Amino acid sequence: MTEPRQPTDWTAAEVHRRTRRRYAAERRFRLTGLAAVWLSAGFLAFLLASMLWQGTSGFRETRIALPIDVAQANLAVTPAQVKGRGADLALAGAGLEAAVDRAATRAYGSNGAALLSDGAWLAVRDAIKRDPTLLDRRATLAVPVASAIDVAAKHDGNPDAEAQVARLQARGVLSTGWSRGFLTTADATDPTRVGIWGALKGSLLTMAVTIGLAFPIGVLAALYLEEYAPRNRWTDLIEVSINNLAAVPSIIFGLLGLAVFLGTFHLPRSAPLVGGLTLALMTMPVIVIAGRNAIKAVPPSVRDAALAVGASPVQVVFDHVLPLALPGILTGTIIGMARALGETAPLLMIGMRAFIAAPPSRLTDPATVLPVQIFLWSDEVDRGFVEKTSAAIIVLLVVLLAMNGLAIYFRNRFETRW
Amino acid sequence: MSNLAIVFVVFGLALIGWLAARMRAATFRKPGVARFTALPVHYGYFVGICALVPPLIFLAVWSLTAPALVTDAVIATPAAAALPPPGFERASILSEARALAAGRSHGAFHDLSATLAPAYAAAQARYDGIATAVALLLACVCGALAFTRVRPAFAARTQVERVVMLLLLAASLIAILTTVGIVASLLYESARFFGIVPIGDFLFGTHWSPQVISPSDPGASLGAVPLFWGTFFIGAVIAMAVAIPFGLMSAIYLTQYAHPATRRWMKPVLEMLAGVPTVVYGYFAALTVAPAVRQLGVALGIANASSESALAAGAVMGIMIIPFVSSMADDSIAAVPASMRDGSLAMGATQSETIRRVILPAALPGVVGGILLAVSRAIGETMIVVMAASGVATLTANPFASTTTVTKQIVDLLTGEAEFDSAKTLAAFALGLTLFVITLALNIVALTVVKRYREAYD
Repeated sequence: MTEPRQPTDWTAAEVHRRTRRRYAAERRFRLTGLAAVWLSAGFLAFLLASMLWQGTSGFRETRIALPIDVAQANLAVTPAQVKGRGADLALAGAGLEAAVDRAATRAYGSNGAALLSDGAWLAVRDAIKRDPTLLDRRATLAVPVASAIDVAAKHDGNPDAEAQVARLQARGVLSTGWSRGFLTTADATDPTRVGIWGALKGSLLTMAVTIGLAFPIGVLAALYLEEYAPRNRWTDLIEVSINNLAAVPSIIFGLLGLAVFLGTFHLPRSAPLVGGLTLALMTMPVIVIAGRNAIKAVPPSVRDAALAVGASPVQVVFDHVLPLALPGILTGTIIGMARALGETAPLLMIGMRAFIAAPPSRLTDPATVLPVQIFLWSDEVDRGFVEKTSAAIIVLLVVLLAMNGLAIYFRNRFETRW
Repeated sequence: MSNLAIVFVVFGLALIGWLAARMRAATFRKPGVARFTALPVHYGYFVGICALVPPLIFLAVWSLTAPALVTDAVIATPAAAALPPPGFERASILSEARALAAGRSHGAFHDLSATLAPAYAAAQARYDGIATAVALLLACVCGALAFTRVRPAFAARTQVERVVMLLLLAASLIAILTTVGIVASLLYESARFFGIVPIGDFLFGTHWSPQVISPSDPGASLGAVPLFWGTFFIGAVIAMAVAIPFGLMSAIYLTQYAHPATRRWMKPVLEMLAGVPTVVYGYFAALTVAPAVRQLGVALGIANASSESALAAGAVMGIMIIPFVSSMADDSIAAVPASMRDGSLAMGATQSETIRRVILPAALPGVVGGILLAVSRAIGETMIVVMAASGVATLTANPFASTTTVTKQIVDLLTGEAEFDSAKTLAAFALGLTLFVITLALNIVALTVVKRYREAYD
């Protein structure tokens, strides 16, 4: 016979010690969790802050006061020519660029022309177009400076440029302002002249093709699979392919686009059409999966009611189920489009990495898109491109944020809970 | 007329048919008639579809066959007698003439193409005329025939819905077509690659330097083992070393400890990490993280600390993956029944003991599945490694040294100025095939783990 068990002495020091240890472990665990959450959010904050920190100066440009006497420069152009269409061509042919260089030399010494951006004469040209009286008088215009000077004025440049900036600042001729060209022009070789409009337009054209194909196909496929598909081997095959396509790395879609659209169908390289087709194949599974979930959420009673009053299966789906599921489908579509908009790798595969200095005007024109433009600029050696890359990233993030905001708005505004 | 213009006209005709049939069907509605087999709009769609589909099919077939017919007509002209025998030169003269006739080019390299251009233009105009006439005739005839069938007894709704069902089926078959397209193109190009390079050399060779491929033994410099190792090291080791602790602990904290209000806004904030484009992460890794990692390596006394280190790319990739791990863990933790948690707490276990001993073991299959999916995502990730990892393939386990990955090499191989058929570009497809097979296998294993080992509670 064993001894009867002694009741636990809850006041023993041993018990207290153990409890304290367990509570300390509890606190440590909880703090680790909290730290994980805050650090993850901190990564995001640091990422966004560093982009903002580096990028905001990319939207601004340093300008230098340039006294220029256009009348004395003997431009082969009449005041009538600088109005309306053809003004750009007339002024470009009239030797304005050389006149601006001469004016810089006169004002800032023998290497004065090197202080100006390659695009300085364009600023003068636009000033003349705005105010044709400049053609026959003396004026002092603020024109963009060269990249090295710009970098030195905003951040730390090379010692040479820093010294020049110090001299110019002492003369009080430097000023800063919002860069007009950054949001309105396309890629260029000089960082002070680059703009993102070309890439943004390429992105818009590409996205137009993507949504035009992926949305109808995705919605129709989702309707078929959720509402009509018989349970058989073919349907299983379709479902398996859609689920797998959603998990295939994006670069594989790029290889597909390269082999099929460029290799077999000989579509033009680096065109928004091909980019849109490739991204549509990538986005379609996302839309199908989101669409199926939205359709599944429509209660069967809606279908039964419609069937009971004599609607055919197609009428039930298109007149009753689809309108009710549409907010959910749209939310999924916008999220899929946001992902496609940020996608880079498949577009590199189909040749969208060329230097494109003019915004595309058709679907078959060579073009680039915003993420690819960011990638191309990030590869540039010139330090002036650092802030331009970050500025382009800010634009991309703002567009994506707007799209996601729209998706959240749709979800909250139109979501019905059954 | 150009094809696009014909399509527009055909659409216009179909619209007229739609309106006419609808108006006619509307007159069927008389008082006293109780039953209809279809609404007026169904008759409209029936006639519209009949007027639209045959011409469009004709135009599709025509646009494939017409160029050959035009070329035949040009070759039959007397001016073509001077053409060289079939071969590259003949083809280039003909394509030049075609470009001249279409106004796409202004100067010609061959004199003969300039003389052939008018013949081309004439033949093109003749065949275009035929196409326009046939398409419009088809639209009118089919539309008119369909219109004669618009009667109250005709079940237009059934007919239209049959077409709709076909459309739905076709849309879902696109997914299969895409999969087949991916597999076929990867297999085809890889087969050509393995015709040049033995498959054993590629899969087991340990030397990768595609810049210099010796023509006599291309397999010697195309051994992909260093790439597989680099991909595994960056994507499955370093990235997961960051993503698993952060993702799992965030999920645990947000589901078990956090106030519901905190959870409501913290979860979308973490998910934003997955919404940032990868090119932004790549830029961040290359510009901010990589120099810092290099300095850290130098401070630790590592002599060959690279500015394109595996650690920088892997760590940033891990940050990107955090939300994937955390949302999968979140789902599987939420699926553990509350009764198990309550039972454990009632026995006197602290919350962390409950989580570690009861909830996590029960949620483990889902968590493991999520981690496998995250690994598959990480090894397919391209832009971060393209921008932050190095292009030099080395077999090293030093996180401060440079390594390269499969995806980085695919981009490097295909963006150079090589011709499409060289061993170099074909190697990219072989790498793509390997990547596709591995990610597919990981996904299948992940889903099986989730399905097979999930305990059925309640």
